[in-house]
Amino acid sequence: MSQDMTVGQKASQKAIAEVKAYIDAQRQKTLLRFITCGSVDDGKSTLIGRLLFESKLLFDDQLENLKNVSKKLGTQGDDIDFALLVDGLAAEREQGITIDVAYRFFNTEQRKFIVIDTPGHEQYTRNMATGASQADLAVLMVDARQGLTTQTKRHAYIVQALGVKHIVVAINKMDLVDYGQDRFDELVENFRTFSQKIDMEAFTAIPMSALKGDNVLEASGHMDWYTGPTLMQHLNTVSVADEVAEKPFRMPVQWVNRPDLDFRGFAGRVVSGSLKVGDKITSMPSGKTSKLARVYTVDGDLDEVLAGQSVTLCLEDEIDASRGDILCAGDANLPQQSDNFHVKILWMSEQKLRVGRTFRMKIGAHTVNASVTQTKHVIDVNTLQHISAETLELNEIGECIVRTERPICFEPYANNREMGGFILIDKITNATMAMGLIADAHSGADLDQRTQELTIDRAARADQKRQVPLTVWFTGLKRSGKTYIANALERKLFARGCHSFILDPGNVLPGMSEDLDFESSDQIENVRRVAHMSKLMNDAGLIVMTCFTSPLSFERRMARRIIGTENFLEIHMDTPIEISLAQDSQGYFEKARRGEIKNVAGIDMRFEPPKAADLTFSLRKHSPEDAADIILAKLTEMGVLGG
Amino acid sequence: MNTLSHLDVLEAEAIHIMREVVAEVENPVMMYSVGKDSAVMLHLALKAFAPGKLPFPLLHVDTGFKFREMIAFRDQMQKDYGFDLIVHQNQDGLDAGINPFDHGSDVHTNIMKTEGLKQALDAGGFDAAFGGARRDEEATRAKERVFSFRTKTHGWDPKNQRPELWSLYNAHKNIGESIRVFPMSNWTEFDVWQYIYEQNIPIVPLYLAAKRPVVERDGVLIMVDDDRLPLRDGEIPMQKMVRFRTLGCYPLTGAVESKAATLPEIIQETLVARVSERSGRMIDHDQAASMEKKKREGYF
Repeated sequence: MSQDMTVGQKASQKAIAEVKAYIDAQRQKTLLRFITCGSVDDGKSTLIGRLLFESKLLFDDQLENLKNVSKKLGTQGDDIDFALLVDGLAAEREQGITIDVAYRFFNTEQRKFIVIDTPGHEQYTRNMATGASQADLAVLMVDARQGLTTQTKRHAYIVQALGVKHIVVAINKMDLVDYGQDRFDELVENFRTFSQKIDMEAFTAIPMSALKGDNVLEASGHMDWYTGPTLMQHLNTVSVADEVAEKPFRMPVQWVNRPDLDFRGFAGRVVSGSLKVGDKITSMPSGKTSKLARVYTVDGDLDEVLAGQSVTLCLEDEIDASRGDILCAGDANLPQQSDNFHVKILWMSEQKLRVGRTFRMKIGAHTVNASVTQTKHVIDVNTLQHISAETLELNEIGECIVRTERPICFEPYANNREMGGFILIDKITNATMAMGLIADAHSGADLDQRTQELTIDRAARADQKRQVPLTVWFTGLKRSGKTYIANALERKLFARGCHSFILDPGNVLPGMSEDLDFESSDQIENVRRVAHMSKLMNDAGLIVMTCFTSPLSFERRMARRIIGTENFLEIHMDTPIEISLAQDSQGYFEKARRGEIKNVAGIDMRFEPPKAADLTFSLRKHSPEDAADIILAKLTEMGVLGG
Repeated sequence: MNTLSHLDVLEAEAIHIMREVVAEVENPVMMYSVGKDSAVMLHLALKAFAPGKLPFPLLHVDTGFKFREMIAFRDQMQKDYGFDLIVHQNQDGLDAGINPFDHGSDVHTNIMKTEGLKQALDAGGFDAAFGGARRDEEATRAKERVFSFRTKTHGWDPKNQRPELWSLYNAHKNIGESIRVFPMSNWTEFDVWQYIYEQNIPIVPLYLAAKRPVVERDGVLIMVDDDRLPLRDGEIPMQKMVRFRTLGCYPLTGAVESKAATLPEIIQETLVARVSERSGRMIDHDQAASMEKKKREGYF
């Protein structure tokens, strides 16, 4: 018995020693994330399946499952179909395609790998770009028989634009072209020609057969003419030293950690550079400076922080930095600020880009309202021609001008990915609509703005009509009484000899906004148009009443900005929904409830009530006549109605 | 120059994700299953928000058939770290006497786990829930985003996932939608063990081999954790050196025979393992696409 214990303990100690040695070895390992891309049948899934298989990382139950599924659905007869190993979703197995980004893991003596397997079909270009945005290296698969396809070029263009550091061109299916060197050389030359056009500095070409295993791990016995590395040799040895470590220190503040009055830490991930305790720091955009006092961790303070680490920093002075601000080293070489940018955009939504619409732009830890003010051109990735365009459609890449509501800190994407890459988020559907890369700040006006003064100005027109023009903006749910009250008000104004006009869905939707889809975020575009139309009518001297739900506070802020605060009177119709439902003779809400109409405020979309409306009415409490009188009194008090 | 090791990178990534969630959503919660992945996730969260308290509660959905040692461990952790803990049981399921023996693993898991989880999330009004799932676990998880959206009824639509660019996460959601967030998406089983070892993270002792009473059923070793497990004819519990690679409901979780009674030994065994970790979970066995189906229904 005691002898057993000793044996057990010895075994345990031996195991501990072995594991310690092993873990020390693991500590040395670096991480390489690579993406595999190319056309749909170029053999990506087969390659990854083989890498996993040959790295002996398949478990017995996975192999057993794979064999069963191969027999049922495989395309390789009784042989294992490696592609089935990576095509996870049921829909994909049935269709034999890879529809979504899949992440796989394997490791070698030298490295840990994350393989980002991305779809080949053109309609999934956005998924491919998703993978590329996270990759250090890209393996572009080319079918030796097919040669370069549009999709190969598209993917090459995207990985280059996104700044993927290393490119491998894997000329696959060499077994189907008799392992011929001529064909390989021809394809490499074709790719070289294309790569030069897109400013790709270097690439590594490897002739391969993923199916047969040639030059995947072991050097092929069929291609003596090739003396370069196998794919795995290359993956094991390519440099992963990241140049972001050498760049100036930047850390977007993600979250301010303030558990008590004595501790104030700025939490975030260092996106570039390094910083030591005592080093000078500037917070942008405020420009306030301080020094790094301590780097807090649960295991004790650190002396230095490095690119890639998630840290909590304490500064010597009480600087008021908040989420989205950027802590930078020193006080020189700071990020630029602008509200107007040259960008490259990959459009990711089925709904095409609408110039002028407001999106949320997320860059670093900062979210700001932004719109594309101009599309300069779309890039044809096949010919690399620039084609002028008014919009961008799904999977199109274009160069555009983007304007943000407030200035933001940035660096060109080519200098610093995390400081120059952004996404655009739809304000209503909340979908991620696009990815964008900032090229640089754009100066100057986007449009030819009027420089010549008009002889008869707004004041003169108003004077003639003996009134002060303004816009009465009604907001509230459908059937809450906006148009009722506007009508009552207009009758009273008319009787007094005032010049006015009502804009409501009845006269706006059939004409000015007939191109909009009201079940989508086009509602916002409609509000923008109505606001501009109201402003023009105000310029013409008219009093305008608008009757649109305008459910989001940001939409009303936008309208107020366009029309001008001093000309804007906000009326909130706060009628309880039961009363609105009773008014709903056309069954509008009922349809929305059944899902036949989408994005109806109060049903499947939120209504953000104004926090400080000028006046608030409810059909429960106010008749339209009473409400109109109250507004009229307000207008008189404001001096809008002349004597 | 210092280069971050792969575990440093994974740790920084997970902490970044957790902080994004706390900064961008209103009412997050952390799923705490008491298993090793939960242990690592909790450890990462404590790091992310120290010296402050965790800015969210932990939620344990108790099916009533968890190993007793798991419950004891959970309560001990709560004592040691002082986090807010919500324990939820599906009262309807309890009233109906749902159990894996009479109703089968599918029904039991669906009602006590999936439905229980939905109830707890709805009751708390949580709009984001952290989970310890990893992409290396099985094929459908390999395709899931870090921020994974669920419909009002907690369903998952794999064909309609948002693109996730760089490390920019879009946490904006529609009315009724909620988010499952997986900060450890890019970790492997081995990474988890290595991290537990390096950081000295407490785990439930069931992961370590010990003599335990088990019966063998359909090739799987099931532990007789209490007297609710109905023994079949001729079944006599045997004392075997076993450990668990994954923990769930005891009647549904297979043990493996092992002498690995220490963490280093477990790591060593993991290195030469020939069976993937989820294979011990009976719920994954039904059909190849079973996990996808379960997720569509709202199983985390």
